Amino acid sequence: MKKIVSLLLVVLTALACVGCGGDDKKSEGVMTYEEYAAAALETQVVVETYVQAKQSWWDNKATVYTQDKDGAYFVYNMECSEADYEKLTPGTKIKVTGYKKEWSGEIEIMDATFEFGKGNYVAEAMDVTSLLGTEGLIDHQNKFVSFKGMTVEPAGKDDAGNDVAFLYNWDGSGQDGDDLYFNVSVNGQTYTFTVESYLCDNTTDVYAAVKNLKIGDKIDMEGFLYWYEGVNPHITSVTASK
Amino acid sequence: MKQVWKSHSPFELRQAEKPFGGRCIWQGRRRGKMVRRLWKLGAAALSALWVMGILTGCHGREGLEEFVMPEEFDTSRDYEITFWAKNDTNKTQTDIYNQAIQEFEKLYPNITVNLRLYTDYGKIYNDVITNIATNTTPNVCITYPDHIATYLTGTNLVVPLEELFSHEQYGLGGSGLQFASPSMEEIIPQFMEECRFGGHYYAIPYMRSTEACYINKTFVEALGYTVPDVLTWDFIWEVSEAATAQDSEGNFLINGQKVMIPFIYKSTDNMMIQMLRQKGAEYSSDSGEILIFHDTTKELLETIAEHTAGGAFSTFKFSSYPANFLNAGQCIFAVDSTAGATWMGTDAPLCDISEDKIVEFDTEVRMIPQFDPDSPRMISQGPSVCIFNKEDPQEVLAAWLFAQYLLTDEVQIAYSETEGYVPVTSKAQESAAYQDYLSRCGQDNSLYYDVKIRAAKLLLEHAGDTFVTPVFNGSASLRDAAGQMIEETVKSVKRGGNADDAYFEKLYSDMISLYRLDQIGGRNSSASVQEDLGALPSMSVGLLAGLTGAWVLILLYVVWGRIKRRKAI
Repeated sequence: MKKIVSLLLVVLTALACVGCGGDDKKSEGVMTYEEYAAAALETQVVVETYVQAKQSWWDNKATVYTQDKDGAYFVYNMECSEADYEKLTPGTKIKVTGYKKEWSGEIEIMDATFEFGKGNYVAEAMDVTSLLGTEGLIDHQNKFVSFKGMTVEPAGKDDAGNDVAFLYNWDGSGQDGDDLYFNVSVNGQTYTFTVESYLCDNTTDVYAAVKNLKIGDKIDMEGFLYWYEGVNPHITSVTASK
Repeated sequence: MKQVWKSHSPFELRQAEKPFGGRCIWQGRRRGKMVRRLWKLGAAALSALWVMGILTGCHGREGLEEFVMPEEFDTSRDYEITFWAKNDTNKTQTDIYNQAIQEFEKLYPNITVNLRLYTDYGKIYNDVITNIATNTTPNVCITYPDHIATYLTGTNLVVPLEELFSHEQYGLGGSGLQFASPSMEEIIPQFMEECRFGGHYYAIPYMRSTEACYINKTFVEALGYTVPDVLTWDFIWEVSEAATAQDSEGNFLINGQKVMIPFIYKSTDNMMIQMLRQKGAEYSSDSGEILIFHDTTKELLETIAEHTAGGAFSTFKFSSYPANFLNAGQCIFAVDSTAGATWMGTDAPLCDISEDKIVEFDTEVRMIPQFDPDSPRMISQGPSVCIFNKEDPQEVLAAWLFAQYLLTDEVQIAYSETEGYVPVTSKAQESAAYQDYLSRCGQDNSLYYDVKIRAAKLLLEHAGDTFVTPVFNGSASLRDAAGQMIEETVKSVKRGGNADDAYFEKLYSDMISLYRLDQIGGRNSSASVQEDLGALPSMSVGLLAGLTGAWVLILLYVVWGRIKRRKAI
């Protein structure tokens, strides 16, 4: 009896794991992340993946950050009704059919359609702090990542010539509500990070947190490893380093 | 067939060019989110505008009252006006707006101007449409005439400017102004005419630009060619094809890199429009008939498809900013606005790519390529300013005063110097300050950056060769369709599709459907539709009264029936 109960528990546990962690087995005709990464640009790709965050919806087109257990896929301007967009909550499984392309270094899926799948997976943030400045960082493009113990550096100067910790738009030409740009350093190297206002607008905690940054603050961050002519993380949370 | 992008994994490309994954502080310049993500007018917003147009447009009986010029500007009152301004993601430009507002408020302490900044005309257009429904349009707005034509769908939403222009005290060059405004004659007539449609002036020009071809002269000469004074399309295609030669390892011979897109066009709507105009081919009639779908358009697209397939051509939407490729030595001919000149060239003051990717080369600036070098044609573009109507005519007058202030020499010269713009008044163009600026071409790589000043001079010298397309309700959609045909063709070819007769037939059909081009056209689409139609004819009044009466009788019958049934119970 004990053996039967134990076996039952093992089976149930395994089923529960599959249920909670998303069904890793790809459907027929669906690419693994490896196959997707190896696919040539401008070829059709079919992936099963899980929504991690939504950036925007307009004119029946959605832009979403997605990820499975092996890698991440940025899906740009995917055909999507407003009603379906509401259903694209973090963890939602979708099957995306579109074309792989590159735009200023960002690998993305465009001209895509999608259908809902069964399963749920929300990625843990992967700490890539040690990969900053290395060739290996790009292998994690678009993933949900974290950066630990980075120092806030001057982003530019205000009209009075004082150093400031962030800018609206890359050169300070924007206003509240626009993208925020700020500089953070680690190991003597400084990087520019962004709060993408479509992803996190000026009502979000991260927008407020960046506006409150002081030069010299030590901070931890989470966000998506976006690319534009180099790494350009879209930051979704900022906290003081522990 | 050489497929520049298909032959290598993107990861190989990056590793070859960029030995690190990081991005240093000095690389952190970027632009373009708003530009790339062109806002299209949503169906809901457009529907709302149409419904509002129907509800308010019936013979002017609803909506805003027509603006009536006050006899005097009432300086005893305070006014707060909003100014929606577009900049090129350029801090100097936003500083100039702020400075202009400060100076204006000193002259008119009872007027407060609230600035809202945009970096994309499409976003302004979208926000205006959204705000029309709630009667919260800005007072002063930088926009394109094509967009104003859509705003005119509502009744009296945009102020016709003739009365304001000619007012003795507050008009152009008026005696009651606190600043030196240009007279009507001092605004370049051609630029002013671009703001006239539907029988009225609905805007004033603010800045003007055109497109230019920025050329890596070093590479052109390395390929055995000389850059001519006037580029032709044949020359561009020939040199571009020559630049696609690769070695056995896939490196381009001209630059030794894995990437080379010899010819990149930023605004494909302009590309199609200018090619058609140079060919003398039809685009639209003045009254809004859609005439673009013909054999010449197909021939142009076939040529573009041929050179796309050979890897010689691509577009901004498909690949990225021409400047990024040009400065990295990965492009030879980059066509972009003269208002993008500060991003072009080895020593460009603005740059999105890291310093280690920038290559040394000589930059030439030329007119866009031509079919007939003896009769060059190029588009005139750039921001204009319109004034939205309000219930309070004094508020409109306050807005007009500020809009007019944007035409003063101080604002015109300062703003034009930020990019390859030219001032829109002869007063500013001929001023000693502006002439001094032009004469210092190349003195440094910031204010006097030679590529920028040469781009501005190009427009000054060829203002007579510029043109604009007809403005009507729907002209913005036609413009989108013109560009989208090139984008779709490029995309199709890059993905291995055929650009044959069947493809173009479907493309035309798709464009008509996507941009609802079959729902516009002819007299009814013209901005002139806003002209006062007068009172309803008596027969129409009778018909409407009859219909209303019939519905009243039907309702009475239904109510009477229910009362009878209740009584029976």
